[in-house]
Amino acid sequence: MRSILVITKLTIREASRRKILWAALILGVLFLTIYGLGFHFARVDLEKSMQQRSGMNIVLLHEMYNFLLLAGLYSVNFMIIAMSALISVDTLSGEINSGTIQTLVTKPLHRWQIVIGKWLGFGAMLTLYLLLMVGGTMGVVYATSGYLAPHSTQGLVLLWLNGMLFLSLSLWGGSFLSTLANGVVAFGLFGVAFVGGWMEQIGAFLGNQVAVNIGIISSLIFPCEAVWRRLVHNMQSPLVTRLGVSFFSSSSVPSQWMIVYGAAYAVVLLFSAVRRFNRRDL
Amino acid sequence: MDTPPVIETDHLSKHFSDDIAVADLSLRVERGEIFGFLGPNGAGKTTSMKMLLGLITPTAGEGYVLGASLGDHEVRRRIGFLPEHFRFHEWLTAEEFLGLHADLYHMERTHTTQRIQELLELVELKAHGHRKLRTFSKGMLQRIGLAQALLNDPEVVFLDEPTSGLDPMGRRLVRDITRDLRTKGTTVFLNSHFLSEVEVTCDRVAFIKEGIIVRTGSLDSLMNGELQVAIRARNLTPENCQGLTRWCRNVQVEGEQLTFKLDSEDQLPSITRYLVEKGVDVYTVQPKIMALEDLFLEIIGKSERLVDQEDPEHLES
Repeated sequence: MRSILVITKLTIREASRRKILWAALILGVLFLTIYGLGFHFARVDLEKSMQQRSGMNIVLLHEMYNFLLLAGLYSVNFMIIAMSALISVDTLSGEINSGTIQTLVTKPLHRWQIVIGKWLGFGAMLTLYLLLMVGGTMGVVYATSGYLAPHSTQGLVLLWLNGMLFLSLSLWGGSFLSTLANGVVAFGLFGVAFVGGWMEQIGAFLGNQVAVNIGIISSLIFPCEAVWRRLVHNMQSPLVTRLGVSFFSSSSVPSQWMIVYGAAYAVVLLFSAVRRFNRRDL
Repeated sequence: MDTPPVIETDHLSKHFSDDIAVADLSLRVERGEIFGFLGPNGAGKTTSMKMLLGLITPTAGEGYVLGASLGDHEVRRRIGFLPEHFRFHEWLTAEEFLGLHADLYHMERTHTTQRIQELLELVELKAHGHRKLRTFSKGMLQRIGLAQALLNDPEVVFLDEPTSGLDPMGRRLVRDITRDLRTKGTTVFLNSHFLSEVEVTCDRVAFIKEGIIVRTGSLDSLMNGELQVAIRARNLTPENCQGLTRWCRNVQVEGEQLTFKLDSEDQLPSITRYLVEKGVDVYTVQPKIMALEDLFLEIIGKSERLVDQEDPEHLES
């Protein structure tokens, strides 16, 4: 355990020394400020029109808040995915390439401890980033309007899962690919999942089973979009779920098993990263 | 009496998909030896060392370091390693860097601080302990890397081209440290393509070429005790030279310079006496053991160009 923690500490120290932590923190706060301002002005207008028109009641107002919150989380989801992949894309392949890994692996520690130590280090930083971004987005909405979406904690956990999926993916890629190829794989898979998710949505809306099946297959190839759509399903109001018309709403809802699949996927990727790193010549 | 060897390999080989890096490596390094692994660039020295350290899995054969199979996790506590073209996390300071590696050895904190200062002093970087590695010159990096390899007071140290990139002072420092290690009884496995480095520091040498060990032995035994002698003399006649063949081989005359090879130093007085009796004026008699470079060329083949460490053109600019 001590060796793992040494590597975890090293990972965090590197991110801090190379100003990655600060850049993420400052830009995160900037994001929240802009989102907060946007939400504030939208809320003022919405409340004004509620007073003027009798058609705008409190239920509809909350639907609007829910939409704005999900719009914020939609951006946060992408930022967490990108951040998870970016901060860890170079960590194994870069150290293998520069040779710095050689002095580490010839010390009395197992190679798997290096992979797990790095995963924990990045995981801890991403968790903090997630708490800042998701907590901040939900907090801004709650503080200005008093609105709290249903199943907020579940939403947080699902976004965290997406982060860990991409972290495990980029450690896995880094255990045998070059940094660039690793980045290409991570964003390529994101693209596949993304387009597949929309095909499934549109297919379900039009009643086209082939499109839905292609979407499901793409979710099996990489489940990040399915995790997001499950989050939307959980966090949007029951009314929108019933109507199935909002921009973020899921016409075809991924099952709970898709979440289990996503979590298992991350574990298998990490396990496979360890195996590949164990076997490769350095 | 028969102590187990520190390093022992039996027909180790490494084949990459398109290339054979090491064809057949069988060697034995005894405790306390400074063992030189000498060969031109690309001969398989680094691959061999990496196999011994468990960084690369051999395709075939087996090997043991300190009695354990290659790559054994526990044995690494007793090993030090300085990789070739040493690079490290440049955002750490020299002290933090050594501290990190001490942590990986699970060294006690109180002991660590003292040990780090000792080592910084040893590699003459005491004044730079708080500087980031990013600001270090190539030579300084090499020296801090060497300190890293000695942190745990290892029983065996692997040095891969430790003096490449160092100025003459740096090379002398490495040479002195290697000698200190010998005094302490530490075994050193040294990869080098610098002849003089090996000549000066090593007890035994293995010559490697194209992934095969061509010759192994102590420097003396490798040179077969063969002696080359240069004599500066006047009034040499071809008859005198002819008479020398009784004792000598390869007799050559160039102006006043007479050179030949001998089997033993004991024959020198007779040769000198003979020349004087024949009326030759002898000015100097200089016996020299056949230079390692000649030996290297003989073993590795004349096609390989050697880099001699003392060659000023080779110095880092």
